[in-house]
Amino acid sequence: MTSTIIWTIAILAGLGLLLSLVLFFIAKKFKVEEDPRIDEVEAVMPGANCGGCGFAGCRAFADAAVKAPNLDNNYCPVGGNEVMKKVAAILGYEIKEKAPMVAVVRCNGTCENRPKTNIYGGSSSCKVKASLYAGDTACPYGCLGCGDCVNACQFGALSLDETTGLPVVDETKCTACGACVKACPKSIIELRNKGPRGMRVYVSCVNKDKGVVARKACSAACIGCGKCAKVCASEAITVENNVAYIDFTKCRLCKKCVAECPTGAIHDVNFPVLKPKAAPVEEKKEENNG
Amino acid sequence: MARTTFSLGGVHPNDAKYAKDHAIEVLPLPQTVYISVAQHLGAPAVPCVAVGDTVKAGQVIAEPAGFISAFVHSSVSGTVKSIGPRKDLAGNNVTHIEIAVEGDDWVDGVDLSDTLITEIPADRAAVLDKIKACGVVGLGGATFPTHVKLNPAPGSKAECLILNAAECEPYLTCDYRIMIERTDEIVVGAAIMQMVLGGCKTVFGVEENKPEAIKALKESVARLGYKDMSVLPLKKKYPQGGEKQLIDAVMKRQVKSGGLPISVGAVVQNVATSLAVYEAVQKNKPLVTNTMTVTGDCVPDEAMHNYMFRIGMPLSYIAEQAGGVPQDAAKIISGGPMMGKAVANFDACTVKGSSSILYLSESATKRHPEGACIRCGKCAEACPMGLEPFLLNRLYKAGDVPALEQNAAQDCIECGCCLYTCPANIPLLDNIRLAKGQVMGAIKARAAAAKAAAEAASSEKK
Repeated sequence: MTSTIIWTIAILAGLGLLLSLVLFFIAKKFKVEEDPRIDEVEAVMPGANCGGCGFAGCRAFADAAVKAPNLDNNYCPVGGNEVMKKVAAILGYEIKEKAPMVAVVRCNGTCENRPKTNIYGGSSSCKVKASLYAGDTACPYGCLGCGDCVNACQFGALSLDETTGLPVVDETKCTACGACVKACPKSIIELRNKGPRGMRVYVSCVNKDKGVVARKACSAACIGCGKCAKVCASEAITVENNVAYIDFTKCRLCKKCVAECPTGAIHDVNFPVLKPKAAPVEEKKEENNG
Repeated sequence: MARTTFSLGGVHPNDAKYAKDHAIEVLPLPQTVYISVAQHLGAPAVPCVAVGDTVKAGQVIAEPAGFISAFVHSSVSGTVKSIGPRKDLAGNNVTHIEIAVEGDDWVDGVDLSDTLITEIPADRAAVLDKIKACGVVGLGGATFPTHVKLNPAPGSKAECLILNAAECEPYLTCDYRIMIERTDEIVVGAAIMQMVLGGCKTVFGVEENKPEAIKALKESVARLGYKDMSVLPLKKKYPQGGEKQLIDAVMKRQVKSGGLPISVGAVVQNVATSLAVYEAVQKNKPLVTNTMTVTGDCVPDEAMHNYMFRIGMPLSYIAEQAGGVPQDAAKIISGGPMMGKAVANFDACTVKGSSSILYLSESATKRHPEGACIRCGKCAEACPMGLEPFLLNRLYKAGDVPALEQNAAQDCIECGCCLYTCPANIPLLDNIRLAKGQVMGAIKARAAAAKAAAEAASSEKK
């Protein structure tokens, strides 16, 4: 009886020892040589695996960054300049600093501004809704409000505002990974320059219909009148297909266009309240939440 | 009696053919019509009239822009008021030609009399030209240009022309009415298409819930005495009117994935198309009229109609003529309840393929909250294409396009059987439709890349 137990233990221990030796030698023989810098780079990455850089995850990015001759095409939008400086230090490269970006929802079609013309009863997905028809308002370009962008955001930076029906970006959480931009079937969300102290000016509308039609569908639509382009001193505004667009690389944040816009389609956010004169504009901004 | 139907899947919705005893009425002309240039599958036609022009009914107002495209004719006589974007029934902008109606003059040569012309012209090319010139497209739903379908690629031979008289969509009765009221014309139209295809066998596939239509067609076929023509009653099952399902039901042949019906020797045409072919060839009348049903589950019997409409009539105008929108209507659908489209814009206008205005009550259309998949497999049993909708749904959510292609998402005919049977109310069709789009995109991209590579290789050789 005792001998059986002893034998069993001895055989199993012997077997374990033997196999571990085999594994040890195999592991030595077939070891995959990997650049140790990949691990180092991965360690400084944010580790969100969001895919905002264009690679499958942080390790894939690290691998690509190590193999690339420079860092021009590899940039982690989530970590931003801080992380990229660390990466550059590990790899001995130089980086071009990029201005921080933020996702901007370019639709002003709140329930108040843009009345519903029909009731959507189908699957609650913007993609499905966009494949079926133009949407439950008269504006075929605007936000569909099913929250595909909210579901796509891994950082919890987006939420649907129940009173307006539009998604709201939390600037402190947004990392500009661009997942929401890809998720939006109407291409409403754009990555824009965050601006000094978060100050920025943008056209919150993508409606390409003629002014009359756009205005009828939504009281805060861009009607493509071109007043903003005329008043702009830095030639940042172009009007194409009945809709204005502000080039954020040229915009000097003078806010002349904001005062000029007849429908309030141009939004300015995070500007400090200076004069009482500017107060009505500021109020509007808060309503629409940039 | 009828024991034949397609072999895989299918569902049995209540057929609800409430409007079947309402004879076809001709709608009076509205003041203005808006004729869309995208009334067919393929490239939208290009307008060839200018604002201010006077047009007659039957005059060409837009020309085809490509091989798969079709002529568009004016359905009324009057003055062209504008040419520009107007919202279609989904609310998307499509170019429409606005014509203010003045009188009802038809272009010369159109025979508007009722006399039946049974003699079939023998010149195949001339007949095809006439069908093309009259802008005839498939009226079964897809609106594929008929002259393209009747002219199979060289090397393929049509063995059987199947006339789709199934009308498997619940509620719709417009095909049924023309089968009863215009039987002879449909049979002559079928004989013309039979001649164009080289005298192949011709079968009318009719579902057995329309015994009067079966009787009328049988009598007419016997009386007119065209060769190799027969009427085949089919067991009632949705989607019998699907092209591939009808071929399976009638010929017992299955079309391969990605293949065309002609690959198994079949050509399928709707009975309404047959009538349009008859009018085009024998009467020189372009496709500017069609029949539609106004019905629903909340519509009183006196408000149900089968109408002969002109293309370009606003749906709201037709509804007004039919007695207004019923109070209980929660949803308006153009087409059948299974495959039709919800109307988002009631001012949208009828097109060649319009087949109904359907009012459904809230209880009939309301979607129930989505539950979890319990793997009951009902959707796989119901799928007439032999797909596994629950699997495709999961693959779509995972974004796995290669696996979607392996599991044949591209073969989905969007009939909606899966969604109809799903006890958990999962939006299977909605997701699979998007998955199909992704797979089709991938296939097209691959084909384009292969073509570019082949061209590069051949230019290198030179």
